[in-house]
Amino acid sequence: MEWETVIGLEVHAQLNTVSKIFSGAATAYGAEPNRQACAVDLGLPGVLPVLNGAVVAKAVMLGLAIDARIAPRSVFARKNYFYPDLPKGYQISQYELPIVAQGHLDIELEDGTRKRIGITRAHLEEDAGKSLHEGLGAMTGIDLNRAGTPLVEIVSEPDLRSAKEAVAYMKKLHALVRYLGVCDGNMQEGSFRCDANVSVRPVGQEAFGTRAEIKNLNSFRFVERAINFEVERQIDLLEAGGQVAQETRLYDPDRDETRSMRSKEEANDYRYFPDPDLLPVVIHPEFIERLRTELPELPDAKRARFIDAYGLSDYDAGMLTGSRELADFFEAVAAGCDAPKLAANWVMGEFSAALNRSEVELRDSPVSAADLAQLLCRIEDQTLSGKLAKDVFEAMWAGEGDADAVIAARGLKQITDTGAIDAIIDAVISANPAQVEQYRSGKDKVFGFFVGQVMKQTQGKANPAQVNERLRARLLGD
Amino acid sequence: MKLETLTGWRRRLRAREISSRELTELYLGRIARLDAQLNSFITVTDELALAAADAADERLGRGEETPLLGLPVAQKDIFCTEGVRTSCGSRMLDPFVAPYDATVVARMKAAGAVMLGKTNMDEFAMGSSNETSFYGPVCNPWDPDRVPGGSSGGSAAAVAARLVPAATGTDTGGSIRQPAAFCGITGLKPTYGRVSRYGMIAFASSLDQGGPMAATAEDCALMLNAMAGFDPRDSTSVERRAEDFSADLERDLKGLRIGLPREFFGEGLDPEMRAAIETALAVLKDRGAILVDINLPNSGLSVPAYYVVAPAECSSNLARYDGVRFGHRCADPLDLQDLYTRSRAEGFGAEVKRRIMIGTYVLSAGYYDAYYLKAQKVRRLIADDFRRAFTEVDVIAGPTTPELPFRLGEKSADPVKMYLSDIYTIAVNLAGLPGLSMPAGTIGNLPVGLQLIGNYFDEARLLNVAHQFQQDTDWHARMPAAFV
Repeated sequence: MEWETVIGLEVHAQLNTVSKIFSGAATAYGAEPNRQACAVDLGLPGVLPVLNGAVVAKAVMLGLAIDARIAPRSVFARKNYFYPDLPKGYQISQYELPIVAQGHLDIELEDGTRKRIGITRAHLEEDAGKSLHEGLGAMTGIDLNRAGTPLVEIVSEPDLRSAKEAVAYMKKLHALVRYLGVCDGNMQEGSFRCDANVSVRPVGQEAFGTRAEIKNLNSFRFVERAINFEVERQIDLLEAGGQVAQETRLYDPDRDETRSMRSKEEANDYRYFPDPDLLPVVIHPEFIERLRTELPELPDAKRARFIDAYGLSDYDAGMLTGSRELADFFEAVAAGCDAPKLAANWVMGEFSAALNRSEVELRDSPVSAADLAQLLCRIEDQTLSGKLAKDVFEAMWAGEGDADAVIAARGLKQITDTGAIDAIIDAVISANPAQVEQYRSGKDKVFGFFVGQVMKQTQGKANPAQVNERLRARLLGD
Repeated sequence: MKLETLTGWRRRLRAREISSRELTELYLGRIARLDAQLNSFITVTDELALAAADAADERLGRGEETPLLGLPVAQKDIFCTEGVRTSCGSRMLDPFVAPYDATVVARMKAAGAVMLGKTNMDEFAMGSSNETSFYGPVCNPWDPDRVPGGSSGGSAAAVAARLVPAATGTDTGGSIRQPAAFCGITGLKPTYGRVSRYGMIAFASSLDQGGPMAATAEDCALMLNAMAGFDPRDSTSVERRAEDFSADLERDLKGLRIGLPREFFGEGLDPEMRAAIETALAVLKDRGAILVDINLPNSGLSVPAYYVVAPAECSSNLARYDGVRFGHRCADPLDLQDLYTRSRAEGFGAEVKRRIMIGTYVLSAGYYDAYYLKAQKVRRLIADDFRRAFTEVDVIAGPTTPELPFRLGEKSADPVKMYLSDIYTIAVNLAGLPGLSMPAGTIGNLPVGLQLIGNYFDEARLLNVAHQFQQDTDWHARMPAAFV
């Protein structure tokens, strides 16, 4: 039987506010356990939550970027369950009335076509703390630094049909939140993670199959592998005459498999009800409009502009707008050397390769956009050949200084002394009488041969424009 | 020495006729001598009180004037007090010392008040008799065999016995007004949002409201001036211009329209109580008020609606008491489940458990709409009744309770009977309105409370009416004989 995969993703993105969603404690990552947990985060008797307005603004920006409806009135609800790292015994979340609803995101499929993925809702909630097991013997430690960190949970429609589509969607969303500056997107630190709802059904069947929810996937690779494993598991099960259980599963990257965590029967009844400690969030149209004007250029618009303004191919524009940092970097290089196509080739080529090879992030690159632009200018003004430029780039990457400094230090500086160039030209002419004869009899093509010879003699350091001019004069002048 | 009201002591402190230290010692002495009969305090903070009194004397000496400077008060043990145990009347919080002051406590400290200690209360404010306290029941100073009411029973009994001139209370369904009525003192539940709930341990967040309990309306106004005000740490606190609740006390009552809800005078009201209330209303009429019959047709639904909403919120609010971070933890837990179940089984009393179970049930999948959602709708109907009534009248009046203080143990076995003792007070919380109870007579030796209900933020009006009533009556000045 042919099977169709159906996937919906619930992405949790940590909003990068300075303080927590309901308290003034800092959200910074990596502090000593419980040093960033105030009385409110600890859920001490008598404390009350107060909503951080910055969280609302970021959620609204996200809503605008996915073309969603911003709820004029949304409500925080309590999700009740007991867990040691959940200090109040409930998580403050949004349930019936989320802040963002009915948006969408377009992803690009492998064949180059686009597909629109519906986004059911995005709601605000607080993160829980962490249970610590290492180094504590039989005890469990509780670290509440993360408790109260603002999250936006973005729930897609079950519109995704393969692990690849799921990854494309997640990457697109990842780029988007970073473009918007609402989330740092750091997946290792858990700032951007997802749960995947996966089911299969016979091709042509309308009704969905029973789904399993895979929790807490924190890398694109894990999303792909976990879904692929789960799809195979479900198909094998069904084809063997079995049934898929509605349950929560965990992905184990070491063994590359998903394992059952709890069944539907064991699932909590969360007893949601509106949190009486918080007022409904009322958002006025003026607030939305103000944020709309503050929205940065979004990936799709930027891509179109890159094609239009820089004459880039759709592919190049897509690559360069994959992240806001890369796009900004490219634009700075292009502006600095006034050669957008050259800039695009270098940014995607040598530069990206160097980043990968050295395993450094763009923001930590030893070569700045201005440095790279300077190098490209030296190609443009023909100081450097493409090959020499690569050597100079390697030297720049290794910290030997900017392009001009490397050129000077390595004696790569172009020869501009006309006397010296003339002497070499004369030597080349006298050494190749046959070619001179051919040129003079009208074979223009031979001119290139002379240029090559001169450049060879100067190890590429002669200014090509100068060589052209002097060579032509010498060849015709005699 | 004559035991003055809070206002009286304030005058004498400022006239330098007595020092705050002398005053504090006087009341600490009364507590030490007399509270064994009542059990109205859970914690007495002698040393802190004397230190605060000395500091107040210094400030008084410099001519400083803050509203409660040097005046002894008590805090209901539901308000968090930095460095002093805050038990909420529960074994669960017996070992809990808050690392911070509730906003009310901080404001009263800033106003110069001298805290004598923390008063007894029903466990987590769940009760109408103060019998659910882990620290034992409180006795009614007018008759030690009877309850003082609850949940602010300790504050009410302590004020009535003049162990302290004024105290704070909290009122979720009548917990200030009912004990004020049972103990013959004046107590005010402000409009929801008027007094910050930050640091006031939550029972039912959408209903809880702190307020003053004292001998007179004038004293309550003085207390409320210190307690009330917007608090950015409580999202449900209301941002309004500061108000002087003492300013309107002397206004006359000519033409004041007082609505008498027929539903509050019907079946279930003790006939002697009714007579006492009618006599009291006649006093207001003599002062020029106009008595008007009104209807609050949905008031009969208030007790059932309340016993859905309040337990629902409590079941969630009390989830944090899990033995993990603070409060009672069972000995040698076997695993996480054991830690939870035994800590909570040991830490909570029967009434708290009952309400957690009711609340968990009404919020459960499949029951939410039928119970919680419906109760919220009823709540709106009840508020609408009041809204309509306040288009016709300025103030609503009636009995605070359907009957006199009952005997200790009389209703402990029958929760529904116990719940019905708040039948006249609960609707006020559901609507979020201000309500006041003041002593309006006695039957035998036992006090009768008259309840006044005002429109939103009309506390000044309620205090004005009560103060005018107290100009013509002396119920508020009477003291139980054993404590004179």
